[in-house]
Amino acid sequence: MPNEISWSHDFDSSLQSAGNKLILLDFSAAPM
Amino acid sequence: MYTDPRVVDFVKHNFVPVRAHVKDDKDAFKKLGDRFDAHWTPTTLVVDSNGTERHRIEGFLPVDDFLSQLALGAAKAAFARQDYATAERLYREVVEKYPSTDAAPEAQYWTGVSRYRVTSDAGALKETATAFSNRYQESSWAKKASVWQ
Repeated sequence: MPNEISWSHDFDSSLQSAGNKLILLDFSAAPM
Repeated sequence: MYTDPRVVDFVKHNFVPVRAHVKDDKDAFKKLGDRFDAHWTPTTLVVDSNGTERHRIEGFLPVDDFLSQLALGAAKAAFARQDYATAERLYREVVEKYPSTDAAPEAQYWTGVSRYRVTSDAGALKETATAFSNRYQESSWAKKASVWQ
């Protein structure tokens, strides 16, 4: 979906593959 | 917040988004919550490529305020890696794009600091102090900049 954020749920893997990009880490209780 | 098209675009262009959900990712929520000392939702962290937290947003914010905080976080990360030219540009964008938010006076302060880091010209600090006499006079950042007059 072009207008949705595709969330990762694995912080460490995302950090390793992020390169120079920043991580946005969202602690959420929003309906999934 | 994350359904707004502007937020979606900003996140996609600037971040790798990771979510720890209090109910659906209980183990990750606990583990990452302990690691980053985050125990409330929503809490949003801007984390750099070294895994270091550079900015924290706690609680709900309207879209413009949220976007301004995300942009502030990106600027802080640039400043922390001593990329002062990028930091100056990003801080300046916060002031220009979100002038009515709480992030704006903080960004105005750090625009001046970043400019000073780039140029080594103390005039950048004085100009920032002068700018605070025109805008955001009541902010704590105006008090901090007042020493540069």
